[in-house]
Amino acid sequence: MECLIGIRGKDFVLMAGDSVAGRSVVAMKKDHDKMYQLSNRLLMAACGEGGDTVQFAEYIAKNIQLYRMRNGYDLSTKAAASFTRRNLADYLRSSTPYFVNLLIGGYDDSDGADLYYMDYLGSMVKLPFGVHGYGSFFVLSVMDRYYKEDMTRDEALVLLQRCIDEIHERFIINLNSFKVKIVDKEGIHVMKDLRPTTKQPEETPGTQSMDIV
Amino acid sequence: MSALAYNGGSTIVMTGKNSVVLACDMRLGTNLLTVSNDFGKVFRLSSRCFVCLSGLVTDIQTVYGLLRRCANLFVLKEGREIGPSEATHALSALLYQRRFSPYFVEPVVAGLENWSGVEDGMSVPFVASLDLIGCISTSSNFAVSGTSSHNLFGMSEALWVENMTADELFETTAACLLNAVNRDAFSGWGALVTTVTEAQVRTRRIKARQD
Repeated sequence: MECLIGIRGKDFVLMAGDSVAGRSVVAMKKDHDKMYQLSNRLLMAACGEGGDTVQFAEYIAKNIQLYRMRNGYDLSTKAAASFTRRNLADYLRSSTPYFVNLLIGGYDDSDGADLYYMDYLGSMVKLPFGVHGYGSFFVLSVMDRYYKEDMTRDEALVLLQRCIDEIHERFIINLNSFKVKIVDKEGIHVMKDLRPTTKQPEETPGTQSMDIV
Repeated sequence: MSALAYNGGSTIVMTGKNSVVLACDMRLGTNLLTVSNDFGKVFRLSSRCFVCLSGLVTDIQTVYGLLRRCANLFVLKEGREIGPSEATHALSALLYQRRFSPYFVEPVVAGLENWSGVEDGMSVPFVASLDLIGCISTSSNFAVSGTSSHNLFGMSEALWVENMTADELFETTAACLLNAVNRDAFSGWGALVTTVTEAQVRTRRIKARQD
């Protein structure tokens, strides 16, 4: 019932994830952050099986940091995504597969901003915008209509707000708060949480008569 | 749903007088949802040896990685690039190693056999298809794989003739692929066609029906 959204702009990647942490029919936490910092300019959003998300995300983050310590420089987004894919694919046919869907967004000087979409099987693809979860059925069409190459940060946030409004309008599960982060040359910036735009309820004229005239 | 049909995708290879043409669709999906319209399924192993992989995308990416490793080591050990028949046998061994927990891919290997690096007219077009556990099936005309393989068989059988030139072969292969995938819900969203001749390798993108 989770939703992750990633949008690649001109020189940044905008990532958002719903902030509900739940089990079965209960919402246990309403301000949960599903995005994990892999390095200064690498962000990973993870959704899926409860423990797997945190375990796998932290495992990858620590390994990315280890590379940094050993070699003195950060892994590129593509390399980090490939490393993550290799781990997911290797574990898939082991006795302990990870059921985690990921979006990896990052910035490096050679390739600029990149967004990688990865599902729990380990299929990886570079995309201009990617969505995980049931929300994808509603949001991808909105993206197809309004997304354009080289968007500015403001335009991307407007697009993201549209997506969140659409989920609120049509998705049966109430996801009324999204954590939002932007990755760019300067690093990872935490933005304000986004909520669906509340529409003013229409004025209903007093009590209406139900008499059959 | 079958693992081979989960992500969708189709590929076709045809041989001509002294060229091969490989084509694939560009869709990557998750069951009924299309995730990407930019996922090519033709991969290069050497300057005149290519492999088309259709099936489960995670295994496509894994198998391509293993094949690439094999092809690169071949260059270092043998001092020359890998040929298509050699790549086919290497791939067969690789797949059979996982006989009881297979990689869900249906590869088609194609290229110019005996390519010596010069345009001497000595190289022979080669195409072979394999199943997911590595059974090799060498063909003299064409090979197909993917979710619309039945459609592709029909189209290819109808349109293929012997001794086509590179340009004729390009048109024929593209026509076969486009018409076959238009009848398949799990393939489509454009096509990538690679023409391999002694002189050059040319890749063209076709914008087809976007549905």
